[in-house]
Amino acid sequence: MLASIKSNKLTYESQKLAMMYFRVALILFGAQLLMGLISAIQFIYPDFLYGIFDFSVARMVHINALVVWMLYAMIGSVYLMLPDETGIETVGIKLGKLAFWVLTAAVAVVVLVYIFIQIGPGKESTIWFINEGREYIEAPRWADIGIVVVVLIFYFNVFATYIKGKKRTGIMTVMVANLMALAGLYLAGMFFTDNISVDQYWWWWVIHLWVEATWEVFVGTLAAYALIQIIDAKREIVEMWLWIEVLMLFASGILGLGHHYFWIGTPEYWWEIGALFSALEPVPLVAMFVHVIYDWGKEQGKKGEEGVIKNGPAMAWITTNAFGNFLGAGIWGFFHTLPQVNIYTHGTQFTAAHGHLAFFGAYATILIGMMYLGIQKAYGLERLKATFNSKMAIVLITLGVLGMTVALTIAGYEQVLVERAELGAGWDAFFVAQALPWMKQAMTWRLIMGVVTFIGFIYLFIDLLTIAKKQQN
Amino acid sequence: MSKNKSVWTSIRFWRRSAAWATGIATILLILLTFDTMGQITMGSDEDLQKGIKRRVPAPTVINYHIDYKMDEKRGHEAPVIGKKEPFFGKEWSKEEAAKLLHKGKLTSQAKNCMNCHTLLGNGSYYAPDLTKAWLDPKWEQMIAMTGAKTKEEAMVKFLMDPDKYPTHERRMPNLNITQEEAQALVAFLKHMSSIDTNGFPRNFSKTVEQYKQGGTNAR
Repeated sequence: MLASIKSNKLTYESQKLAMMYFRVALILFGAQLLMGLISAIQFIYPDFLYGIFDFSVARMVHINALVVWMLYAMIGSVYLMLPDETGIETVGIKLGKLAFWVLTAAVAVVVLVYIFIQIGPGKESTIWFINEGREYIEAPRWADIGIVVVVLIFYFNVFATYIKGKKRTGIMTVMVANLMALAGLYLAGMFFTDNISVDQYWWWWVIHLWVEATWEVFVGTLAAYALIQIIDAKREIVEMWLWIEVLMLFASGILGLGHHYFWIGTPEYWWEIGALFSALEPVPLVAMFVHVIYDWGKEQGKKGEEGVIKNGPAMAWITTNAFGNFLGAGIWGFFHTLPQVNIYTHGTQFTAAHGHLAFFGAYATILIGMMYLGIQKAYGLERLKATFNSKMAIVLITLGVLGMTVALTIAGYEQVLVERAELGAGWDAFFVAQALPWMKQAMTWRLIMGVVTFIGFIYLFIDLLTIAKKQQN
Repeated sequence: MSKNKSVWTSIRFWRRSAAWATGIATILLILLTFDTMGQITMGSDEDLQKGIKRRVPAPTVINYHIDYKMDEKRGHEAPVIGKKEPFFGKEWSKEEAAKLLHKGKLTSQAKNCMNCHTLLGNGSYYAPDLTKAWLDPKWEQMIAMTGAKTKEEAMVKFLMDPDKYPTHERRMPNLNITQEEAQALVAFLKHMSSIDTNGFPRNFSKTVEQYKQGGTNAR
């Protein structure tokens, strides 16, 4: 993959740029896992790197690397599909490449500041230059503005190409509309207020309306595109499903935002709104799952004995996405979405369990699939078959994340019963629950499963570097 | 569209439905946002003086005694703002209180509190939730440990040198918090404890009672 810049057979500059985005995404993915391991170790051995690289720093880089690698892989996926879906080279691609380098330089500076400066005095300058201290969107203000500029360039690329393109597919229409919402929402997280309730209200606009609405629709478009590319699924069927998914995702996901407004100072009516709409959120995820499996079966049936899959590892990851999205975002989300339950589970390891499986199942899986698709194109291969490394990667990473999720769910269950239900939160209640064997054993298993995930990542890394080269002849 | 074609397989139908559903949901969200913003904007100092309840009170709430008690009518606990009490030995004017809260909120972000603690239940799960931290019975112990005279003084001492007062295996690191920043953080925490969070966290006051009676079954 890293070598593919020289040996690639891509004719579109846009797809070459996609590969550049994928490369950085993969490196950041590795960084995310390393930071996760450090935090997991600190849960068991609190003195590990205490005072040097505290939990807050490791955890901040862990979740920021997550968000940024996913955004990189998402932008890469868009540059990959643009020429295929419009029939032309991306408009303004040189500017797009410049934006890539600007963004990458900015990300590098932000990460270095996170790691070496970490925190600042309680002044405006800290928020502008060091970190904003708001979970997931900690990036300092200067970087926020830089991100907005880069995203505007990216959006110009996409929009102009869509308008100028030889064809206007339904997939691209959804993509263009959805990206506008996705990019615009970032602005809701770019201001400071003394009122923490107002702060969190708008913070959730960014976080929720990304991961439970626009990112999900984004995944829908990627899956639609990938199914056409990998198994020659019929465009009419895929695009009709895509519109149904958009309908269900936005109808439930936009007001599903209410399930974050139960306890932050906002009025009681969010209980009913949040409960109703967020309870419906798993429905489209079932639809997406059915869709992928149905199309696969249908196309395979038509071909008879002959293999229908042009890209084995990509299809495996997209099928994992169909399962994982439903399980992680759907089931694990539904577990604690009702206010009657959420009053106890809010802010416990339950949330962490859901977060791990949902980000992996809904996003990591399909984005890895897109990387495999990119590689196949970069080497001009008619077919890309899974290797031993591809299989080890998907098995170990999936097993690792599932294991972490189960461990964290058990930890969350104990925390809910002891810290919340019995002791009613608070300083001592928290630490009593943290010290019980259920929590300690769960945290040990989480670390073990984290290591399994990381070993899987090493297989993935090697596989992405070597898979296409081996199959070239 | 031919007459024989069902609407259920019409892309046009689903596209229009998607657009309508998205539009309606967005408009509803915007309307609800206007209403919610009205309800969670900070109240005024006059509201406090007249005893008018606001979901998020004015910064001068730091001049009052705050409690978190069961509200029978609502079926869960709610903050109760009581009589005036000195905060760091004095009464803070509107401007002073606002300035202090501003500094406190800023410091809470600059020191990255949210990546260990949860605030209003959101953040990280490595350290206790801070929503009602001002009301935590632990500070009674901290007064003795730090040799402070009042709760707010004990909090300042702890925040400035948390590594000196370990209470558990997992210790808060020293974040170079100055005296001024620590005072502001305490004001921020006291203000947060006065926010009406619809009864989250549940039974916080129960802990207080149980704690005073000497622990729980969990041990």
